[in-house]
Amino acid sequence: MEMNLPRAFWRLSLTWIAAATAAATLLAAQSASAQGTFITVASTTSTEQSGLFKQLLPEFTKATGIEARVVALGTGQALDMGRRGDADVVFVHDKVAEDKFVADGWGVRRFEVMYNDFVIVGPKADPAKARGKDVIEGLKKIAAAGAPFASRADKSGTHAAELRYWKAAGVDPTQSKTTWYRETGSGMGPTLNTASGMNAYALTDRGTWLSFKNRGELEIVVEGDQRLFNQYGVMLVNPAKHPHVKKEAGQKFVDWVISPEGQKAIAAYKIGGEQLFFPNAKPDR
Amino acid sequence: MFEIFASLGVALQLIGGADPELWSIVLLSLKLSLASAVAGAAIGLPLGALIAVGTFPGRRALIVILNALLGLPSVVVGLVVYLLLSRAGPLGEFGILFTPAAIIVAQTVLVVPIVAALARQAAEDAWGEYREQLTSLGVSRLRAVPTILWDTRFSLLTVVMAGFGRAASEVGAVMVVGGNIDGVTRVMTTAIALETSKGDLPLALGLGVVLIAVVLAINAGAFGIREWSARHHG
Repeated sequence: MEMNLPRAFWRLSLTWIAAATAAATLLAAQSASAQGTFITVASTTSTEQSGLFKQLLPEFTKATGIEARVVALGTGQALDMGRRGDADVVFVHDKVAEDKFVADGWGVRRFEVMYNDFVIVGPKADPAKARGKDVIEGLKKIAAAGAPFASRADKSGTHAAELRYWKAAGVDPTQSKTTWYRETGSGMGPTLNTASGMNAYALTDRGTWLSFKNRGELEIVVEGDQRLFNQYGVMLVNPAKHPHVKKEAGQKFVDWVISPEGQKAIAAYKIGGEQLFFPNAKPDR
Repeated sequence: MFEIFASLGVALQLIGGADPELWSIVLLSLKLSLASAVAGAAIGLPLGALIAVGTFPGRRALIVILNALLGLPSVVVGLVVYLLLSRAGPLGEFGILFTPAAIIVAQTVLVVPIVAALARQAAEDAWGEYREQLTSLGVSRLRAVPTILWDTRFSLLTVVMAGFGRAASEVGAVMVVGGNIDGVTRVMTTAIALETSKGDLPLALGLGVVLIAVVLAINAGAFGIREWSARHHG
């Protein structure tokens, strides 16, 4: 082995310096591209995975020049993001939890934006004979038949709604004796994949279902019940709690989605000719 | 079986179609993974070599810990980095959560143990070989570190590629700290997870094939460089 240590040392050092400079330049370039005005919106998987945001956000950016970056989580997690101050705006669907969020001072004010509806999907053969318009009756029959049911079990808005329906049906599916109630602990899509894999019933929002492709033997068995309506609300995260919240830009987003223009854009979003979300912001706000 | 063939077709269409959105995702994955591999190497290689040649109390325990960290659960790393970078966390004021920088941080944390543990092994073998020679020349242990790293550079390239592979294949931590934001922090792995969620399994697997092809190309490039430089400077 040749022993020119200083030379090897310098060559190595230069390599490191070059590599570190490259990495630093890359990082700087990354953060420079993030310099334009943007807001972070904590929202739900249903709005993201149904494709609504793909249509809505470019229109918002065109109208205001503000980029909206959406992090799609379950409603519970999205509200938590707001509480931690990691989002400027929260756009979710669990009225009870949202009202608490505002009452606790984390959100400024809640505005209703739109609704869609939940449906129960299940095997075409419908072994529990749950088919119909009544969600509560449907769940009772599924429980009575002990037919497999896949639950989100992730504290999402859909999960909260599902638990309310079970309560109304007088069934406690989480008690340890039940084997037909399968808690996936995951998002809507993964839960539907699980349901499709084991031919189970599941509660899902219509948007995610319409854009979901791996349906297998599943189809809609219960729909059209008033109680299945699913209201979405939007809130600016309270700048009094988190001073770094982008107050003006965030408020512009809230104002825009409930404006006639934003509401029209929501109504215009369709999959296969079917409207997914129905705007219902109150003009008197 | 049918689905797997279908996804190969999708992958070919994706590669041939040159969809700009797909390429921007591929490019982002590459940039972030390379940055993490470089940062991980800058920390991990000297660290590994220092542990290899050093004599200090607790060295063996450190080696065991380092080897154990090879199995560092990425979701835990994601969670810890998330809590550190969150506005409510100690590094919150920088506001880099849900940005590409957050992804680089999380991936680097995952890459460092791999690079350090594997570099330690390579450097220790070299140290065993050259130790007498180096000490007879009066080279101190610390001064021996650069020599050893330079001398084992070809094996270390493989080590760095292993780190790159870990970064490029990472999904759990990246999802948590990046947020899978369309056009900002959506990388190949989180895009695959998203398409799986949407039940579009052929597209998800098609994206997976593209990712594997990209990683393969990078490794082939690294192998080529290694062969070439081994022939010319070896």
